[in-house]
Amino acid sequence: MGILVILEQKGNSIHGMSLEAVAAAQDMAEKLNSKLSILVMGNDIDPLTQQAKSLEASEVIAVNHELLKEYSCDGFAEITKQVVEIESPEFVVMAHTYMVRDFLPSVSVFTGAPFIADVISFRAEDGNSVFTKQMFNSKLGSDIVVRGGSCGLVSFQSAAYQASAVKRGDTPVRQIELSLSQEQIRSKSEEPFQESSGGVDLTSADVIVSVGRGIGEDTKIPMVEELAKAMGAEIAASRPVIDSGWLPPFRQVGSSGQNVSPKLYFSVGISGAIQHVVGMKGSQSIIAINKDPDAPIFELADYAVVGDLNEIVPKLTEALQNQ
Amino acid sequence: MKIAVLIKQVPVSDSTFRPAENELWIEEGQIQYEMNENDSFALEEALLIKEKRGEGEVVVVCMGPSGRAPRVIREALAKGADRAVHIVEEGPFETDPHQIAHILFESIQSESFDLIFSGLQSVDLGMGQTGVLLGAMLGMSTATLAMSTEIQEDKIRVKRELESGWFQWLTLPLPASVSIQSGINTPRYPSLKGIMGAKKKEIKTINKTDLNLSEGLQKVTRIYNLETDKQTEYIEGDPDVQVARLMDILKSEVKVLGA
Repeated sequence: MGILVILEQKGNSIHGMSLEAVAAAQDMAEKLNSKLSILVMGNDIDPLTQQAKSLEASEVIAVNHELLKEYSCDGFAEITKQVVEIESPEFVVMAHTYMVRDFLPSVSVFTGAPFIADVISFRAEDGNSVFTKQMFNSKLGSDIVVRGGSCGLVSFQSAAYQASAVKRGDTPVRQIELSLSQEQIRSKSEEPFQESSGGVDLTSADVIVSVGRGIGEDTKIPMVEELAKAMGAEIAASRPVIDSGWLPPFRQVGSSGQNVSPKLYFSVGISGAIQHVVGMKGSQSIIAINKDPDAPIFELADYAVVGDLNEIVPKLTEALQNQ
Repeated sequence: MKIAVLIKQVPVSDSTFRPAENELWIEEGQIQYEMNENDSFALEEALLIKEKRGEGEVVVVCMGPSGRAPRVIREALAKGADRAVHIVEEGPFETDPHQIAHILFESIQSESFDLIFSGLQSVDLGMGQTGVLLGAMLGMSTATLAMSTEIQEDKIRVKRELESGWFQWLTLPLPASVSIQSGINTPRYPSLKGIMGAKKKEIKTINKTDLNLSEGLQKVTRIYNLETDKQTEYIEGDPDVQVARLMDILKSEVKVLGA
Protein backbone atom coordinates (compact mmCIF):
# COMPACT_ATOMS: atom_id res chain seq x y z
CA MET A 1 0.00 0.00 0.00
CA GLY A 2 1.08 3.60 -0.34
CA ILE A 3 1.43 6.21 -3.04
CA LEU A 4 3.55 5.57 -6.13
CA VAL A 5 4.45 8.64 -8.18
CA ILE A 6 5.93 8.00 -11.62
CA LEU A 7 8.39 10.50 -13.06
CA GLU A 8 8.45 11.32 -16.74
CA GLN A 9 11.76 11.99 -18.40
CA LYS A 10 12.35 14.97 -20.68
CA GLY A 11 15.84 14.99 -22.19
CA ASN A 12 18.07 14.03 -19.29
CA SER A 13 15.88 15.66 -16.67
CA ILE A 14 12.59 15.21 -14.88
CA HIS A 15 9.63 16.66 -16.82
CA GLY A 16 8.59 19.94 -15.12
CA MET A 17 5.05 18.72 -14.68
CA SER A 18 6.33 15.55 -12.97
CA LEU A 19 7.74 17.72 -10.17
CA GLU A 20 4.25 19.12 -9.69
CA ALA A 21 2.98 15.52 -9.56
CA VAL A 22 5.58 14.78 -6.85
CA ALA A 23 4.25 17.76 -4.86
CA ALA A 24 0.74 16.31 -5.27
CA ALA A 25 1.88 12.84 -4.23
CA GLN A 26 3.73 14.19 -1.17
CA ASP A 27 0.56 16.03 -0.15
CA MET A 28 -1.53 12.86 -0.63
CA ALA A 29 0.95 10.72 1.33
CA GLU A 30 0.86 13.19 4.20
CA LYS A 31 -2.93 13.46 4.28
CA LEU A 32 -3.41 9.70 3.99
CA ASN A 33 -0.51 8.90 6.28
CA SER A 34 0.90 6.67 3.56
CA LYS A 35 4.32 5.69 2.36
CA LEU A 36 5.51 7.46 -0.80
CA SER A 37 7.57 5.74 -3.49
CA ILE A 38 8.97 7.36 -6.62
CA LEU A 39 9.27 5.28 -9.79
CA VAL A 40 11.76 6.09 -12.53
CA MET A 41 11.83 3.95 -15.66
CA GLY A 42 13.91 4.13 -18.81
CA ASN A 43 17.30 3.18 -20.15
CA ASP A 44 20.58 4.59 -18.75
CA ILE A 45 18.55 6.35 -16.11
CA ASP A 46 21.35 7.12 -13.62
CA PRO A 47 21.02 10.91 -14.13
CA LEU A 48 17.25 10.70 -13.62
CA THR A 49 17.66 8.43 -10.59
CA GLN A 50 20.12 10.90 -9.04
CA GLN A 51 17.60 13.72 -9.49
CA ALA A 52 14.83 11.56 -8.04
CA LYS A 53 17.01 10.75 -4.99
CA SER A 54 16.88 14.39 -3.96
CA LEU A 55 13.07 14.33 -3.63
CA GLU A 56 11.57 13.46 -0.24
CA ALA A 57 10.02 9.97 -0.23
CA SER A 58 10.47 6.54 1.39
CA GLU A 59 12.30 5.21 -1.63
CA VAL A 60 13.07 5.58 -5.30
CA ILE A 61 12.31 2.51 -7.38
CA ALA A 62 14.41 2.38 -10.54
CA VAL A 63 13.56 0.17 -13.51
CA ASN A 64 16.26 0.11 -16.13
CA HIS A 65 15.59 -1.72 -19.41
CA GLU A 66 17.02 -1.22 -22.86
CA LEU A 67 13.55 -1.48 -24.40
CA LEU A 68 12.48 1.57 -22.39
CA LYS A 69 15.05 3.73 -24.19
CA GLU A 70 12.30 5.22 -26.31
CA TYR A 71 8.78 5.74 -25.11
CA SER A 72 6.22 3.21 -26.32
CA CYS A 73 2.69 2.76 -25.04
CA ASP A 74 3.12 -1.03 -24.88
CA GLY A 75 6.48 -0.95 -23.08
CA PHE A 76 5.55 1.69 -20.51
CA ALA A 77 2.11 0.19 -19.84
CA GLU A 78 3.57 -3.31 -19.36
CA ILE A 79 6.29 -2.17 -16.94
CA THR A 80 3.85 0.00 -14.98
CA LYS A 81 1.45 -2.93 -14.75
CA GLN A 82 4.21 -5.14 -13.34
CA VAL A 83 5.23 -2.52 -10.78
CA VAL A 84 1.60 -2.06 -9.70
CA GLU A 85 1.23 -5.84 -9.29
CA ILE A 86 4.43 -6.12 -7.23
CA GLU A 87 4.06 -3.00 -5.09
CA SER A 88 0.23 -2.89 -4.76
CA PRO A 89 0.04 0.89 -4.32
CA GLU A 90 -3.16 2.56 -3.19
CA PHE A 91 -2.66 5.30 -5.79
CA VAL A 92 -0.42 5.76 -8.81
CA VAL A 93 0.16 9.45 -9.44
CA MET A 94 1.40 11.15 -12.61
CA ALA A 95 1.20 14.53 -14.36
CA HIS A 96 -1.50 14.84 -17.02
CA THR A 97 0.93 14.96 -19.95
CA TYR A 98 0.44 13.70 -23.49
CA MET A 99 2.51 10.61 -22.65
CA VAL A 100 0.32 9.79 -19.66
CA ARG A 101 -2.86 10.17 -21.71
CA ASP A 102 -1.32 7.69 -24.16
CA PHE A 103 -0.33 4.79 -21.90
CA LEU A 104 -2.19 5.12 -18.57
CA PRO A 105 -5.54 3.98 -20.06
CA SER A 106 -3.85 0.69 -21.06
CA VAL A 107 -2.56 0.29 -17.49
CA SER A 108 -6.14 0.81 -16.34
CA VAL A 109 -7.32 -2.09 -18.50
CA PHE A 110 -4.40 -4.39 -17.53
CA THR A 111 -4.76 -3.78 -13.77
CA GLY A 112 -8.47 -3.07 -13.39
CA ALA A 113 -7.64 0.22 -11.67
CA PRO A 114 -9.63 3.29 -12.72
CA PHE A 115 -7.83 6.18 -14.42
CA ILE A 116 -9.01 9.46 -12.86
CA ALA A 117 -7.67 11.94 -15.37
CA ASP A 118 -6.80 15.63 -15.35
CA VAL A 119 -7.45 16.20 -11.66
CA ILE A 120 -7.14 19.70 -10.14
CA SER A 121 -7.21 18.86 -6.42
CA PHE A 122 -7.21 16.13 -3.81
CA ARG A 123 -8.72 15.93 -0.34
CA ALA A 124 -9.17 13.22 2.28
CA GLU A 125 -12.72 13.29 3.61
CA ASP A 126 -14.24 10.83 6.10
CA GLY A 127 -11.67 8.24 5.15
CA ASN A 128 -12.34 8.68 1.43
CA SER A 129 -9.89 10.05 -1.10
CA VAL A 130 -11.75 12.61 -3.19
CA PHE A 131 -10.41 14.02 -6.45
CA THR A 132 -11.81 17.12 -8.15
CA LYS A 133 -11.95 17.46 -11.90
CA GLN A 134 -13.42 20.07 -14.25
CA MET A 135 -16.28 18.94 -16.48
CA PHE A 136 -18.71 20.41 -18.99
CA ASN A 137 -16.28 22.56 -20.91
CA SER A 138 -14.50 23.45 -17.64
CA LYS A 139 -17.63 25.20 -16.37
CA LEU A 140 -18.45 22.79 -13.51
CA GLY A 141 -16.47 20.84 -10.96
CA SER A 142 -16.97 17.21 -10.04
CA ASP A 143 -15.83 15.07 -7.13
CA ILE A 144 -14.65 11.57 -8.03
CA VAL A 145 -13.81 8.59 -5.83
CA VAL A 146 -12.45 5.12 -6.52
CA ARG A 147 -15.10 2.43 -6.12
CA GLY A 148 -14.37 -0.57 -3.96
CA GLY A 149 -10.87 -1.14 -2.66
CA SER A 150 -8.96 -1.05 -5.90
CA CYS A 151 -5.88 0.97 -6.73
CA GLY A 152 -6.51 4.33 -8.44
CA LEU A 153 -4.48 5.85 -11.28
CA VAL A 154 -4.53 9.63 -11.04
CA SER A 155 -3.14 12.34 -13.32
CA PHE A 156 -2.87 15.94 -12.10
CA GLN A 157 -3.49 18.90 -14.36
CA SER A 158 -0.62 21.29 -15.03
CA ALA A 159 -0.22 23.78 -12.14
CA ALA A 160 -2.68 21.94 -9.86
CA TYR A 161 0.33 21.87 -7.52
CA GLN A 162 3.45 24.04 -7.59
CA ALA A 163 6.80 22.43 -8.38
CA SER A 164 8.33 24.83 -5.83
CA ALA A 165 6.30 23.07 -3.11
CA VAL A 166 8.25 19.82 -3.58
CA LYS A 167 9.98 18.71 -0.40
CA ARG A 168 13.60 17.68 -0.81
CA GLY A 169 15.42 14.82 0.88
CA ASP A 170 18.03 12.14 0.38
CA THR A 171 16.05 9.10 -0.61
CA PRO A 172 17.40 5.54 -0.93
CA VAL A 173 17.23 3.85 -4.34
CA ARG A 174 16.04 0.30 -5.01
CA GLN A 175 16.72 -1.19 -8.44
CA ILE A 176 14.24 -3.76 -9.65
CA GLU A 177 14.58 -6.06 -12.64
CA LEU A 178 11.51 -6.53 -14.79
CA SER A 179 11.07 -8.41 -18.01
CA LEU A 180 10.01 -6.91 -21.30
CA SER A 181 10.53 -8.43 -24.75
CA GLN A 182 10.72 -6.84 -28.18
CA GLU A 183 7.60 -8.75 -29.30
CA GLN A 184 5.53 -7.00 -26.64
CA ILE A 185 6.19 -3.61 -28.22
CA ARG A 186 3.97 -3.51 -31.27
CA SER A 187 4.62 0.06 -32.43
CA LYS A 188 7.67 1.35 -34.29
CA SER A 189 8.40 5.02 -33.74
CA GLU A 190 10.41 7.46 -35.83
CA GLU A 191 12.45 10.48 -34.69
CA PRO A 192 10.41 13.31 -33.15
CA PHE A 193 10.45 16.54 -35.13
CA GLN A 194 9.26 20.11 -34.72
CA GLU A 195 7.23 21.95 -37.31
CA SER A 196 8.12 25.49 -38.39
CA SER A 197 8.25 28.02 -35.56
CA GLY A 198 7.76 30.94 -37.96
CA GLY A 199 10.43 32.85 -36.04
CA VAL A 200 7.88 33.73 -33.36
CA ASP A 201 8.67 33.12 -29.71
CA LEU A 202 5.46 33.72 -27.81
CA THR A 203 7.14 32.79 -24.53
CA SER A 204 9.25 35.95 -24.60
CA ALA A 205 6.39 38.35 -25.47
CA ASP A 206 5.45 40.93 -22.80
CA VAL A 207 1.96 41.40 -24.12
CA ILE A 208 -0.12 38.82 -25.97
CA VAL A 209 -3.44 39.43 -27.68
CA SER A 210 -5.02 36.02 -28.09
CA VAL A 211 -8.03 35.19 -30.18
CA GLY A 212 -10.55 32.37 -29.87
CA ARG A 213 -13.38 30.94 -31.87
CA GLY A 214 -15.70 33.61 -30.46
CA ILE A 215 -14.58 35.87 -33.30
CA GLY A 216 -16.76 33.70 -35.51
CA GLU A 217 -14.94 33.92 -38.85
CA ASP A 218 -11.51 34.45 -40.36
CA THR A 219 -12.44 37.85 -41.81
CA LYS A 220 -12.31 39.18 -38.25
CA ILE A 221 -8.64 38.24 -37.76
CA PRO A 222 -7.32 41.56 -39.20
CA MET A 223 -9.43 43.43 -36.65
CA VAL A 224 -7.64 41.61 -33.83
CA GLU A 225 -4.26 41.99 -35.56
CA GLU A 226 -4.84 45.76 -35.59
CA LEU A 227 -5.50 45.67 -31.85
CA ALA A 228 -2.32 43.65 -31.24
CA LYS A 229 -0.32 46.11 -33.32
CA ALA A 230 -1.74 49.11 -31.46
CA MET A 231 -0.89 47.45 -28.16
CA GLY A 232 2.59 46.37 -29.25
CA ALA A 233 1.58 42.77 -28.66
CA GLU A 234 2.19 39.41 -30.32
CA ILE A 235 -0.95 37.77 -31.64
CA ALA A 236 -1.77 34.25 -30.45
CA ALA A 237 -4.78 31.93 -30.61
CA SER A 238 -6.56 29.01 -29.03
CA ARG A 239 -6.73 25.66 -30.77
CA PRO A 240 -10.03 26.01 -32.67
CA VAL A 241 -8.68 29.08 -34.50
CA ILE A 242 -5.54 27.14 -35.49
CA ASP A 243 -7.61 24.09 -36.50
CA SER A 244 -9.67 26.30 -38.78
CA GLY A 245 -6.48 27.57 -40.42
CA TRP A 246 -7.15 31.19 -39.47
CA LEU A 247 -3.70 31.56 -37.88
CA PRO A 248 -0.57 29.34 -38.18
CA PRO A 249 0.15 26.60 -35.58
CA PHE A 250 3.16 28.38 -34.07
CA ARG A 251 0.75 31.00 -32.71
CA GLN A 252 -1.12 28.48 -30.58
CA VAL A 253 -1.24 28.77 -26.78
CA GLY A 254 -2.30 25.77 -24.71
CA SER A 255 -1.45 22.17 -23.96
CA SER A 256 -0.75 21.38 -27.61
CA GLY A 257 0.91 24.75 -28.25
CA GLN A 258 3.08 27.00 -26.12
CA ASN A 259 2.96 27.83 -22.42
CA VAL A 260 3.20 31.58 -21.93
CA SER A 261 3.36 33.90 -18.92
CA PRO A 262 3.38 37.46 -20.28
CA LYS A 263 2.84 40.66 -18.34
CA LEU A 264 -0.57 40.93 -19.97
CA TYR A 265 -2.67 38.28 -21.67
CA PHE A 266 -5.52 39.96 -23.50
CA SER A 267 -7.99 37.34 -24.66
CA VAL A 268 -10.65 38.00 -27.27
CA GLY A 269 -13.48 35.53 -27.81
CA ILE A 270 -11.77 32.70 -25.90
CA SER A 271 -14.07 30.62 -23.69
CA GLY A 272 -11.29 29.15 -21.54
CA ALA A 273 -11.34 25.39 -22.05
CA ILE A 274 -8.76 23.56 -19.91
CA GLN A 275 -6.53 22.80 -22.87
CA HIS A 276 -6.10 26.52 -23.46
CA VAL A 277 -5.99 27.67 -19.85
CA VAL A 278 -3.05 25.44 -18.91
CA GLY A 279 -0.97 27.38 -21.43
CA MET A 280 -1.71 30.88 -20.12
CA LYS A 281 -2.81 30.80 -16.51
CA GLY A 282 0.66 31.87 -15.38
CA SER A 283 0.17 35.30 -17.01
CA GLN A 284 0.70 38.24 -14.64
CA SER A 285 -2.55 39.94 -15.70
CA ILE A 286 -5.43 38.62 -17.73
CA ILE A 287 -8.07 40.71 -19.47
CA ALA A 288 -10.85 38.78 -21.21
CA ILE A 289 -13.58 39.85 -23.61
CA ASN A 290 -16.39 37.37 -24.22
CA LYS A 291 -20.10 37.59 -24.91
CA ASP A 292 -20.86 34.59 -22.66
CA PRO A 293 -20.97 35.75 -19.00
CA ASP A 294 -20.43 32.12 -17.93
CA ALA A 295 -17.23 31.71 -19.98
CA PRO A 296 -14.70 29.91 -17.73
CA ILE A 297 -12.02 32.38 -18.81
CA PHE A 298 -13.68 34.97 -16.54
CA GLU A 299 -12.95 32.78 -13.50
CA LEU A 300 -9.30 33.31 -14.24
CA ALA A 301 -9.34 36.89 -15.51
CA ASP A 302 -8.39 39.94 -13.49
CA TYR A 303 -10.67 42.02 -15.69
CA ALA A 304 -13.77 40.69 -17.41
CA VAL A 305 -15.53 42.45 -20.24
CA VAL A 306 -18.87 40.86 -21.11
CA GLY A 307 -19.81 42.23 -24.47
CA ASP A 308 -19.63 42.18 -28.25
CA LEU A 309 -16.02 42.04 -29.36
CA ASN A 310 -17.00 43.43 -32.76
CA GLU A 311 -17.87 46.70 -31.06
CA ILE A 312 -15.26 46.80 -28.31
CA VAL A 313 -12.14 45.74 -30.23
CA PRO A 314 -12.26 48.46 -32.95
CA LYS A 315 -13.06 51.14 -30.36
CA LEU A 316 -10.18 50.04 -28.16
CA THR A 317 -7.81 49.93 -31.15
CA GLU A 318 -8.81 53.46 -32.05
CA ALA A 319 -8.31 54.70 -28.49
CA LEU A 320 -4.85 53.11 -28.43
CA GLN A 321 -3.92 54.65 -31.77
CA ASN A 322 -5.04 58.11 -30.61
CA GLN A 323 -3.23 58.21 -27.31
CA MET B 1 -11.07 -2.30 -44.01
CA LYS B 2 -13.71 -2.17 -41.33
CA ILE B 3 -13.58 1.02 -39.25
CA ALA B 4 -15.60 1.83 -36.14
CA VAL B 5 -15.94 5.46 -35.12
CA LEU B 6 -17.06 6.26 -31.57
CA ILE B 7 -19.34 9.28 -31.59
CA LYS B 8 -20.97 10.93 -28.62
CA GLN B 9 -23.83 13.38 -28.34
CA VAL B 10 -22.79 16.15 -25.97
CA PRO B 11 -24.13 19.55 -24.89
CA VAL B 12 -23.19 22.44 -27.17
CA SER B 13 -19.97 23.69 -25.58
CA ASP B 14 -20.99 27.29 -24.93
CA SER B 15 -24.16 26.21 -23.10
CA THR B 16 -24.87 27.59 -19.66
CA PHE B 17 -24.42 24.62 -17.32
CA ARG B 18 -26.18 24.28 -13.99
CA PRO B 19 -25.81 21.29 -11.66
CA ALA B 20 -28.97 19.18 -11.41
CA GLU B 21 -30.77 19.16 -8.06
CA ASN B 22 -29.29 15.77 -7.11
CA GLU B 23 -25.83 17.17 -8.00
CA LEU B 24 -25.03 14.05 -10.03
CA TRP B 25 -25.60 15.48 -13.51
CA ILE B 26 -26.54 18.78 -15.13
CA GLU B 27 -29.91 20.50 -15.43
CA GLU B 28 -30.84 19.44 -18.96
CA GLY B 29 -33.82 21.75 -19.55
CA GLN B 30 -32.49 24.27 -22.07
CA ILE B 31 -29.42 22.36 -23.26
CA GLN B 32 -28.95 21.68 -26.99
CA TYR B 33 -26.99 18.61 -28.05
CA GLU B 34 -24.61 18.02 -30.93
CA MET B 35 -21.94 15.57 -32.10
CA ASN B 36 -18.84 15.95 -29.89
CA GLU B 37 -16.54 18.09 -32.03
CA ASN B 38 -13.48 15.86 -31.65
CA ASP B 39 -15.56 12.90 -32.82
CA SER B 40 -16.49 14.66 -36.05
CA PHE B 41 -12.75 14.79 -36.91
CA ALA B 42 -12.53 11.04 -36.16
CA LEU B 43 -15.51 10.34 -38.44
CA GLU B 44 -14.06 12.45 -41.25
CA GLU B 45 -10.72 10.62 -41.03
CA ALA B 46 -12.50 7.27 -41.35
CA LEU B 47 -14.53 8.46 -44.33
CA LEU B 48 -11.38 9.79 -46.04
CA ILE B 49 -9.63 6.42 -45.58
CA LYS B 50 -12.57 4.53 -47.03
CA GLU B 51 -12.80 6.89 -50.01
CA LYS B 52 -9.08 6.74 -50.69
CA ARG B 53 -9.05 2.94 -50.64
CA GLY B 54 -12.27 2.63 -52.61
CA GLU B 55 -13.44 -0.11 -50.26
CA GLY B 56 -14.35 -0.64 -46.66
CA GLU B 57 -17.07 0.00 -44.17
CA VAL B 58 -17.46 2.82 -41.65
CA VAL B 59 -19.64 2.01 -38.65
CA VAL B 60 -20.53 4.69 -36.11
CA VAL B 61 -21.05 3.56 -32.52
CA CYS B 62 -22.97 5.85 -30.21
CA MET B 63 -24.29 5.47 -26.68
CA GLY B 64 -27.05 7.81 -25.59
CA PRO B 65 -30.74 8.27 -24.96
CA SER B 66 -33.32 7.41 -27.62
CA GLY B 67 -34.52 11.02 -27.50
CA ARG B 68 -31.40 12.66 -28.88
CA ALA B 69 -28.71 10.15 -29.94
CA PRO B 70 -30.48 9.20 -33.22
CA ARG B 71 -30.13 12.75 -34.56
CA VAL B 72 -26.34 12.62 -34.17
CA ILE B 73 -26.29 9.10 -35.64
CA ARG B 74 -28.35 10.27 -38.69
CA GLU B 75 -25.93 13.12 -39.19
CA ALA B 76 -23.00 10.67 -39.28
CA LEU B 77 -24.86 8.40 -41.71
CA ALA B 78 -25.71 11.42 -43.89
CA LYS B 79 -22.03 12.32 -44.01
CA GLY B 80 -21.24 8.86 -45.36
CA ALA B 81 -21.01 6.30 -42.56
CA ASP B 82 -22.44 2.96 -43.76
CA ARG B 83 -24.33 1.87 -40.67
CA ALA B 84 -24.64 2.50 -36.96
CA VAL B 85 -24.77 0.77 -33.61
CA HIS B 86 -26.84 2.68 -31.06
CA ILE B 87 -26.46 1.62 -27.44
CA VAL B 88 -29.56 2.98 -25.76
CA GLU B 89 -28.94 4.56 -22.39
CA GLU B 90 -31.86 6.51 -20.96
CA GLY B 91 -30.10 7.67 -17.82
CA PRO B 92 -28.76 8.05 -15.26
CA PHE B 93 -25.77 8.35 -17.55
CA GLU B 94 -22.63 6.34 -16.97
CA THR B 95 -19.66 8.53 -16.06
CA ASP B 96 -16.98 5.89 -15.47
CA PRO B 97 -14.88 5.68 -18.66
CA HIS B 98 -13.81 2.10 -17.92
CA GLN B 99 -17.47 1.09 -17.64
CA ILE B 100 -18.35 2.98 -20.83
CA ALA B 101 -15.52 1.23 -22.66
CA HIS B 102 -16.74 -2.08 -21.26
CA ILE B 103 -20.25 -1.41 -22.57
CA LEU B 104 -18.81 -0.59 -26.01
CA PHE B 105 -16.66 -3.74 -25.82
CA GLU B 106 -19.70 -5.93 -25.09
CA SER B 107 -21.56 -4.27 -27.96
CA ILE B 108 -18.97 -4.53 -30.74
CA GLN B 109 -16.48 -7.26 -29.85
CA SER B 110 -18.04 -9.71 -32.32
CA GLU B 111 -17.57 -7.28 -35.22
CA SER B 112 -13.76 -7.70 -35.63
CA PHE B 113 -12.98 -4.11 -36.60
CA ASP B 114 -9.60 -3.37 -38.18
CA LEU B 115 -9.60 0.14 -36.81
CA ILE B 116 -11.36 2.11 -34.09
CA PHE B 117 -11.24 5.89 -34.26
CA SER B 118 -12.35 8.09 -31.39
CA GLY B 119 -12.17 11.79 -30.60
CA LEU B 120 -9.49 12.81 -28.15
CA GLN B 121 -11.95 13.78 -25.43
CA SER B 122 -15.55 14.75 -24.90
CA VAL B 123 -16.89 18.20 -24.09
CA ASP B 124 -19.03 16.88 -21.22
CA LEU B 125 -16.91 14.54 -19.06
CA GLY B 126 -13.51 15.09 -20.66
CA MET B 127 -12.07 11.77 -19.43
CA GLY B 128 -10.05 11.42 -22.64
CA GLN B 129 -9.47 7.66 -22.52
CA THR B 130 -12.49 5.71 -23.79
CA GLY B 131 -11.05 4.87 -27.23
CA VAL B 132 -7.76 3.64 -25.77
CA LEU B 133 -9.53 1.65 -23.05
CA LEU B 134 -11.72 -0.05 -25.65
CA GLY B 135 -8.71 -0.78 -27.87
CA ALA B 136 -6.80 -2.29 -24.95
CA MET B 137 -9.81 -4.41 -23.95
CA LEU B 138 -9.96 -5.75 -27.51
CA GLY B 139 -6.20 -6.46 -27.50
CA MET B 140 -5.57 -3.86 -30.20
CA SER B 141 -2.49 -1.67 -30.52
CA THR B 142 -3.26 1.92 -29.54
CA ALA B 143 -2.14 5.47 -30.22
CA THR B 144 -3.44 8.90 -29.24
CA LEU B 145 -3.47 12.48 -30.53
CA ALA B 146 -3.25 11.56 -34.22
CA MET B 147 -2.67 14.51 -36.55
CA SER B 148 -2.34 12.43 -39.72
CA THR B 149 -2.90 8.79 -40.68
CA GLU B 150 -1.72 6.52 -43.52
CA ILE B 151 -2.87 2.95 -44.08
CA GLN B 152 -0.11 0.53 -45.18
CA GLU B 153 -1.41 -2.98 -45.87
CA ASP B 154 -1.83 -4.46 -42.37
CA LYS B 155 -0.46 -1.42 -40.57
CA ILE B 156 -1.39 2.17 -39.82
CA ARG B 157 1.20 4.96 -39.70
CA VAL B 158 0.15 7.75 -37.35
CA LYS B 159 1.58 11.22 -36.90
CA ARG B 160 1.24 11.71 -33.20
CA GLU B 161 1.23 15.12 -31.56
CA LEU B 162 3.73 15.52 -28.72
CA GLU B 163 3.93 18.57 -26.49
CA SER B 164 5.07 22.11 -27.40
CA GLY B 165 4.77 21.78 -31.17
CA TRP B 166 6.66 18.46 -31.54
CA PHE B 167 5.41 15.49 -33.55
CA GLN B 168 6.39 11.89 -34.13
CA TRP B 169 5.39 9.26 -36.65
CA LEU B 170 4.75 5.75 -35.42
CA THR B 171 3.57 2.61 -37.13
CA LEU B 172 1.14 0.22 -35.48
CA PRO B 173 -0.07 -3.20 -36.59
CA LEU B 174 -3.81 -3.56 -37.25
CA PRO B 175 -6.17 -3.94 -35.56
CA ALA B 176 -5.57 -0.61 -33.85
CA SER B 177 -7.50 1.95 -31.85
CA VAL B 178 -6.42 5.53 -32.51
CA SER B 179 -7.69 8.70 -30.88
CA ILE B 180 -7.89 11.65 -33.23
CA GLN B 181 -6.77 15.20 -32.38
CA SER B 182 -8.86 18.12 -33.57
CA GLY B 183 -7.63 19.89 -36.71
CA ILE B 184 -6.48 16.69 -38.46
CA ASN B 185 -8.90 17.39 -41.35
CA THR B 186 -11.90 19.53 -42.24
CA PRO B 187 -15.10 17.67 -41.38
CA ARG B 188 -17.61 17.72 -44.25
CA TYR B 189 -21.23 18.80 -44.18
CA PRO B 190 -23.80 16.22 -45.16
CA SER B 191 -25.02 16.52 -48.76
CA LEU B 192 -28.72 16.50 -49.61
CA LYS B 193 -28.20 13.12 -51.27
CA GLY B 194 -26.46 11.92 -48.14
CA ILE B 195 -29.33 13.04 -45.96
CA MET B 196 -31.85 11.21 -48.17
CA GLY B 197 -29.67 8.08 -48.31
CA ALA B 198 -29.18 8.01 -44.54
CA LYS B 199 -32.82 7.11 -44.00
CA LYS B 200 -32.26 3.69 -45.56
CA LYS B 201 -29.14 2.84 -43.57
CA GLU B 202 -29.17 0.31 -40.76
CA ILE B 203 -29.15 1.42 -37.12
CA LYS B 204 -28.75 -1.57 -34.82
CA THR B 205 -29.98 -0.82 -31.32
CA ILE B 206 -28.67 -2.49 -28.18
CA ASN B 207 -30.14 -1.77 -24.77
CA LYS B 208 -27.53 -1.06 -22.15
CA THR B 209 -29.76 -2.76 -19.59
CA ASP B 210 -29.55 -6.04 -21.58
CA LEU B 211 -25.77 -6.18 -21.20
CA ASN B 212 -24.06 -8.18 -18.51
CA LEU B 213 -22.24 -5.51 -16.52
CA SER B 214 -20.47 -5.42 -13.19
CA GLU B 215 -20.00 -2.28 -11.11
CA GLY B 216 -17.76 0.48 -12.44
CA LEU B 217 -14.34 1.42 -11.10
CA GLN B 218 -14.77 5.11 -10.37
CA LYS B 219 -17.76 7.18 -9.32
CA VAL B 220 -18.76 10.82 -9.60
CA THR B 221 -20.15 11.75 -6.19
CA ARG B 222 -21.04 15.38 -6.85
CA ILE B 223 -21.24 17.92 -9.69
CA TYR B 224 -21.22 21.59 -8.65
CA ASN B 225 -20.14 25.12 -9.45
CA LEU B 226 -16.44 25.58 -8.76
CA GLU B 227 -15.63 28.42 -6.40
CA THR B 228 -12.64 30.56 -7.23
CA ASP B 229 -10.70 32.85 -4.95
CA LYS B 230 -9.70 35.07 -7.86
CA GLN B 231 -10.96 38.65 -7.60
CA THR B 232 -12.35 39.53 -11.02
CA GLU B 233 -13.41 43.06 -11.88
CA TYR B 234 -16.38 43.01 -14.25
CA ILE B 235 -16.21 46.04 -16.50
CA GLU B 236 -19.80 47.15 -17.01
CA GLY B 237 -21.44 49.76 -19.17
CA ASP B 238 -21.79 50.46 -22.88
CA PRO B 239 -18.79 49.79 -25.15
CA ASP B 240 -17.48 53.38 -24.84
CA VAL B 241 -17.47 53.20 -21.06
CA GLN B 242 -15.86 49.74 -21.19
CA VAL B 243 -13.13 50.95 -23.55
CA ALA B 244 -12.41 54.00 -21.37
CA ARG B 245 -11.97 51.73 -18.35
CA LEU B 246 -9.78 49.34 -20.38
CA MET B 247 -7.51 52.21 -21.42
CA ASP B 248 -7.21 53.24 -17.81
CA ILE B 249 -6.28 49.67 -16.81
CA LEU B 250 -3.70 49.34 -19.58
CA LYS B 251 -2.06 52.64 -18.60
CA SER B 252 -2.17 52.65 -14.83
CA GLU B 253 -2.85 49.17 -13.51
CA VAL B 254 -1.34 46.63 -15.89
CA LYS B 255 1.07 49.33 -17.10
CA VAL B 256 1.81 48.06 -20.55
CA LEU B 257 1.43 51.41 -22.28
CA GLY B 258 3.56 53.68 -20.14
CA ALA B 259 1.90 56.43 -18.14
